[in-house]
Order: sequence, then structure tokens, then C-alpha cells
Amino acid sequence: DCPGTGSTQAGRAAACQGCPNQRLCAAGAAAPDAAEATELRERLRGVKHTVLVLSGKGGVGKSTFSALLAHGLAADETKQVALLDIDICGPSIPKMMGLEGEQVHQSGSGWSPVYVEENLGVMSVGFLLSSPDDAVIWRGPKKNGLIKQFLRDVDWGEIDYLIVDTPPGTSDEHLSIVQYLSVAHIDGAVIITTPQEVSLQDVRKEINFCHKVKLPVIGVVENMSGFICPKCKNESQIFPPTTGGAEKMCQNFSVSLLGKVPLDPQIGKSCDKGQSVLSEAPESPATLSYRNIIQRIQEYCDQHHFQAEKIM
Amino acid sequence: GPQVGILDVDLCGPSIPRMLRAQASAVHQCDRGWLPVLLGQDHSISLMSIGFLLEKPDEAVVWRGPKKNALIKQFVSDVAWGDLDFLIVDTPPGTSDEHISTVEALRPYKPLGAVLVTTPQAVSVGDVRRELTFCKKTGLQVLGIVENMSGFVCPHCSECTNIFSKGGGEELAKHAGVPFLGCVPLDPQLCQSLEEGTDFIQEFPKSSAFSALAHIAQQVLDRASEQSC
Repeated sequence: DCPGTGSTQAGRAAACQGCPNQRLCAAGAAAPDAAEATELRERLRGVKHTVLVLSGKGGVGKSTFSALLAHGLAADETKQVALLDIDICGPSIPKMMGLEGEQVHQSGSGWSPVYVEENLGVMSVGFLLSSPDDAVIWRGPKKNGLIKQFLRDVDWGEIDYLIVDTPPGTSDEHLSIVQYLSVAHIDGAVIITTPQEVSLQDVRKEINFCHKVKLPVIGVVENMSGFICPKCKNESQIFPPTTGGAEKMCQNFSVSLLGKVPLDPQIGKSCDKGQSVLSEAPESPATLSYRNIIQRIQEYCDQHHFQAEKIM
Repeated sequence: GPQVGILDVDLCGPSIPRMLRAQASAVHQCDRGWLPVLLGQDHSISLMSIGFLLEKPDEAVVWRGPKKNALIKQFVSDVAWGDLDFLIVDTPPGTSDEHISTVEALRPYKPLGAVLVTTPQAVSVGDVRRELTFCKKTGLQVLGIVENMSGFVCPHCSECTNIFSKGGGEELAKHAGVPFLGCVPLDPQLCQSLEEGTDFIQEFPKSSAFSALAHIAQQVLDRASEQSC
């Protein structure tokens, strides 16, 4: 029986002999072997909670959300937060966090994340590129290798929350991060969408991906949910929810709708400046929405931790 | 009119079928290979997408690079495209397997070039700079840059708000020395039309997005005729 193309045994199982896809499946296999798994487990031992931020479609505001989630959680100075950007071809996190041009430092204990605040560290391939024009034109296997390095060689230390920003889709990066982090523990995934059916179509696939790899879905965030004209205060549905938006989809798939965030020019403006809209526009409806969502994610993680402790 | 083919190589997020109201279509085989799905009154558009090959529309295509590469090669060489005036290839974001394989597979057919789409924001422009490098490194000519989602005019009071900032695409084109093809504003009518897969040009010919898109298409057509001369 086919072990499944996404399985760690893909291309390597007895059943794979003679399958026309065998070579293809085996070529991409990136699951950690026993020694690597031990190494990774050690490295990630100090990480209490891990949240993956996924989207089916590109351009829905996933990286923006990851950055704000990191800022929001780090607002509590007693918490240590890390943001890992594994969008290797399109690493936007350095710019969004105001860290453009920063470089990674090596020490005896490994790579050091770049710190925005004392309690907020960031790692991205963006820090390894010398020019903003440098393109990372890599096929899957090479991307997998870098992701493994980020997890194995970065000295994360003791972290309360590890946020992982991913590229859109369900491919190498997503399979790899789930496989590598399986030696530790992932609390779950947050999926970002806009109200459009073309985005939701891909979110359904993303939810199915999560089920396939046994990744809990913390919930869905609907971005770009309506726009209030700053002049006349009328609302426009720029991206109309023609099939019921995230709300209907979440009902159908029994996942939580964590919240809806309206379109707000201040979000993009802050991102471009490398600032957090949560501090730049603390009273805006978008900020209030984001804060509610971040709180719900925090509650989910705490509940999880509590349950895990109960078991132990 | 011209015969246009669309090849959707966004394997994880194939949106083109829905945008052209073809999501219920199936792909058939003939002795020349797969037959693309024909659309439009006069069958002037032919479409191939992984969307047509999935058993269930919500099925996730969880493939690593090598498997994606194999399918893209098949989409180029094993689809009976017939005689086309234009083949448009829609790609996912990034500079990875899909992009490398598409360029490799199409190289023998001497692509006219690439149109790069960005929103006006610096973070989007930041990624498109890398896309420009990809084009340079793979020898793909850049036909120009489109600045999408460029401004929103409130239908109630006509106030224009630059929701995703403004001007980033135009600046990038200038900086990189490539043509700037134009700005396309945010347009709920366009979004609605794409959701339902209706013909935007028939339904909303007076919308601001339409004139912007028509202008961009014209520049591509002009470039194509220059090339053939």
C-alpha cells in the first residue's frame, strides 16, 4: 500500500518498489533521521508553545498577521517570543519588524536570532541575503535543508511562544516544518484568509492538509473584511463574501473563526515602516480586532499547556 | 479573435477554473494528450489547471518539488494546446520549483516575457525585486510591472483611499529600468465578477479597473506584434 506521498516513508517503503513515482517521492524525503531528531528535540526543548501561521492563498496578510501576533504576545514583558520566517523565496518578516539590513551573528551556541525587543527574537533567510535584490531560487530539497538548519542551529533559548510564518500553499516548507517540529510539539495552526471564495477554496485545502498531518487548527482569521471609508464612514465590501465568507466555511468545517479584521490603510503603512499597527494605531477597529484574536490564540495555548500538564 | 491558452501552474492554490466559471469541468484525453478545457462562446480560451484533475475540490495537493516539476512538464508537453496566439501562464508566489520548471519547460518556445504583479506596498515590492532577479537569472524578459490594488474609490462619496499605499510598483519599474504597465485600482465589481466567474468585460465595461486592465493588455499586444515583425 502506498504510504502516501507526504509520508516520511514516501519512496522508501517496501510498497514503493516499482511505483513510477518512487524516485520522485524519495528525492524529496526530508524527515529527520534518529540522530537529527534527537538534536532537534534538544534544541527545541525550551520552547513552550509553537504556532504555525498558514494560508492557502498568497497576499491575504499572513506575514502581517505573524508579525502582529509576535508583537502582541511580546507586549507581556515576562514572555519570551520568537518569530521564525520560513518563507524562503519571499521573506517579508525582516522588513515588517523594522530589521531590514540586519545580519545573523554566530556564537559558540549557534546562530543568534535578531532581537527587536529584549523578549522578541526573529530569524529569517532575509538576514542571510546581502542585497534586497537577491533572489533565493531554490528547489524544494534545498529549502528543506535551510529550514532544518534554522531549527537545529539557531540558539532559541527558553521561549514561551515560537511563531512560524510560512509561504502560501501546502508544499515542501509546510511538510518539512511539520516533520521537523514533530519531535517537539506544535500547539496548532492559524489559517489566514480573505472573505473571497477563491481564498476560501484554498483554505479548505489547507484545513485538509492540517488533518492529513495531524496538526490541530487553532482557528481561521478573516482579513480584509470590509472597508470603512474614512471620509463618509460608509462600509464597502471590497472583497465580497459571495459564499458566506470565513464564517460559513468555519461552520462547515467545525473550526473556530478567531476574528475578522477590516481593511485599514494604517496596517500596510505600519508594516512598510517596520512598526506594529497595534502601537501605531491602538484605538483603530483593526487593532482591536487583532488584539481579540491574539488573546484567543493565547488562551488556546494556555489551555493546551494546562491539559498537557494534567496528563503528566 | 486571437486564440488564448491559460496554463495555471499554481498547483497548491489553483484559482483560475473558478474565476472562469469552469470549476465543474473535466479534462479529457485524446491521442495527442490531454485536451484543455475550452471556454467562451467561440471557444477562444483554452485552460489547463490541476484544479481539473482533483477528485475533490477541497483535496490538498501536498506535493514536494519533484512531483510538482513532473506535472508542470506534462502540462507543457502533454497537453494538446493546438494553435494558440497567446499562452498565459499563471504562477504561485515565489521563485521556486514551479517557476524554475515552467521557465525550463517553456524555453524551447521562446517566451515573450513576464508580467510582474505587485501591490503598492513596500513589503510586496520587496518580494517583486527578487522576482525581477529571477527573471534576469533565467533569461526571462520583463514585459513590465503592474501595480495592483492601487487605490480604492469609495462608491458612496468618491474619496480615494490608498489602502495598500501607492506608487511602489511605478517606483520599482523606474528603479529597475523596466516598463511600468499601469495601476489597477481595487474594484469590488471585479472581485465579485471573479468570484462568480462571469465575464467582467461584458458586465462592467465602464469600471475603472476595466480601463486599466485594457490598457495593460494593449501594451502586451503591442509588444507581441513588435516581436513578430
